[in-house]
Amino acid sequence: MNKMETHPLRRSRAFLTVFLKEVRENLRDRRTLISAFLTGPLLTPLLFTMLISFTVNRELDKAEQPLKVPVIGAQYAPNLVGALKAGGVLPQPALANPEQAVRDQQADLVLRISAGYPKAWRKGEPVQVELIYDSSQRDSGTSVDRVTKLVENYSRQQGAMRLVARGLSPALASPVMVAKRDQATAQSRAVLMFNMLPYLFVLTIFIGGMYLAIDLTAGERERQSLEPLFANPVPRWKVFLGKLAAICAFSTASLVICLVAFSVVGRFIPTDKLGMEVHLGPSFALHVLLLQLPLIVLLGALQSLVAAFAKSYREAQTYLSLLMMVPILPSIFLMVMPIKPQHWMYAVPLLGQHLGILDLVRGEGVGAIPLALCLAGTSLAALIAALVTMQLYRSERLAISG
Amino acid sequence: MIEVKDLHKAFGAVKAVDGVSFTARDGEITGLLGPNGAGKTTTLRMLYTLMKPDRGQVLVDGVDAATDALTVRRHLGVLPDARGLYKRLTARENIDYFAHLQGLPDDEVRSRREALIEALDMADIADRRTEGFSQGQRVKTAIARALVHDPRNVILDEPTNGLDVMATRALRQFMLKLKAEGRCVLFSSHIMQEVAALCDRIVVIAHGRVVADETPDALRAQTGEANLEEAFVKLIGTDEGLAA
Repeated sequence: MNKMETHPLRRSRAFLTVFLKEVRENLRDRRTLISAFLTGPLLTPLLFTMLISFTVNRELDKAEQPLKVPVIGAQYAPNLVGALKAGGVLPQPALANPEQAVRDQQADLVLRISAGYPKAWRKGEPVQVELIYDSSQRDSGTSVDRVTKLVENYSRQQGAMRLVARGLSPALASPVMVAKRDQATAQSRAVLMFNMLPYLFVLTIFIGGMYLAIDLTAGERERQSLEPLFANPVPRWKVFLGKLAAICAFSTASLVICLVAFSVVGRFIPTDKLGMEVHLGPSFALHVLLLQLPLIVLLGALQSLVAAFAKSYREAQTYLSLLMMVPILPSIFLMVMPIKPQHWMYAVPLLGQHLGILDLVRGEGVGAIPLALCLAGTSLAALIAALVTMQLYRSERLAISG
Repeated sequence: MIEVKDLHKAFGAVKAVDGVSFTARDGEITGLLGPNGAGKTTTLRMLYTLMKPDRGQVLVDGVDAATDALTVRRHLGVLPDARGLYKRLTARENIDYFAHLQGLPDDEVRSRREALIEALDMADIADRRTEGFSQGQRVKTAIARALVHDPRNVILDEPTNGLDVMATRALRQFMLKLKAEGRCVLFSSHIMQEVAALCDRIVVIAHGRVVADETPDALRAQTGEANLEEAFVKLIGTDEGLAA
């Protein structure tokens, strides 16, 4: 009956057995498939492209189109109104209650010229014109800037003419001039808009592996199949590694689909209109994949850890949704505190990938040292997370469901 | 052969198993009888190395479970209290998975699997996904995958739980067949009739301790009751948690 001892090498296939079974089983689960291969990886590139195209086109439209601005008291300052018209502003009839109109979003902004304007102008006293707008509305920003600039230009011109009329050089009134020399290249400007890109990739990896991670630990325990599984002569760490490999396979597939989608829909981002250049081609995709590989293992191990810790499927889902918020931290951190990337930062998981991907978008490529630091740092973290999860797998209560 | 020596296991202040010793021999069916919560499942879990005893020793075919758990598991076929199947896999695939985890070569996987499908009379469900299986079909599949590596020792935790009369009868026949093949069969139950009908030896557990370890006849003689039911009640001190 006992023929086992004659085959001492048989055990070594356990890792592969677990991996193949988990992959096969989950390929049969429609919900897992949809979230890992469809909604997860495709939704983000589509949303991202649509959002950017929308923003870019709208900003461009605004700069070119004539700006309709209701003007109160236009009759007091015909020259100013003339200057505004020359700058592309179409004065509209006055409104009875401009503050209310702006609050109700009937008008983006209203210009008010007081009745005292002509008198003050003739005396050479400073006069005030009022711009009424609501800065909490995103729409108003560009228009306000435009009208403000036009009014200031007009003011400077008139001031210069007054000085000339009094025999003074206009240069006297402006001792210091600011000359703006923007060093941003087309690519580096793109980075500002693409700041969310690294997070989207991490999110894709996370969603790609999430259902598997829950299913393979909390789910398997809840369905009471973990106890019979552990009755087999396979060390638990091998079972865990097989499961981890299955999670990583799904999240990697998810990321690959996402990258392919980005390289396709990325062509529709109207970056040329803004004078930007963005590299989302095959080279970009391969480099992102390389940067993310250790992160895929790290996230898989962390997801397993959380799912193994949770008492039920539901609980695991809740914890993992919270864990999903963590990868957004580097993005926020870098937006709030735009710091110069130091080499050590590349060794920090998530932050390293974030910086690396931004380097790639910027078209600079990732240097050898940052790349090595990024891969090594995250690999180390992945190893630690895997070891901790392995330790948790050894606990007695892991297998017992009730 | 399974030898259990002075097992102890506590969960916090609760002593689930408090000094259990018995021996289950080859070619015999040994019944672990006790009311719900007596410590049967915990004892069995320590046998198949899911839990570590606080004290005591488990020997399976002479191998110490504490020092060589993998060998012990290879010598055991286990139907645990938890008998979840993979519902997106067919019955055959469920069996194959465990066969591969046991490390059987492919030809042996095939021959053992088909022999068990035949013996358990489950050819009609073998290629169906196990989602939606009846309780009886689920137990059959779980037993087939537990025995696919041809273990000398078989542990069944409340195997007839939730089965109808026909399925129970079939399972009893199957257990007798395992015994006839010379295997050591150890099963737990809280149903006296079942234990009385099948067992060569009965180990009665109550409150984490062994209160009797005899043949059915000896039990009747020891307690002075002609009726086994009365004998059990007398041993356990109460009829709470037992079913006729």
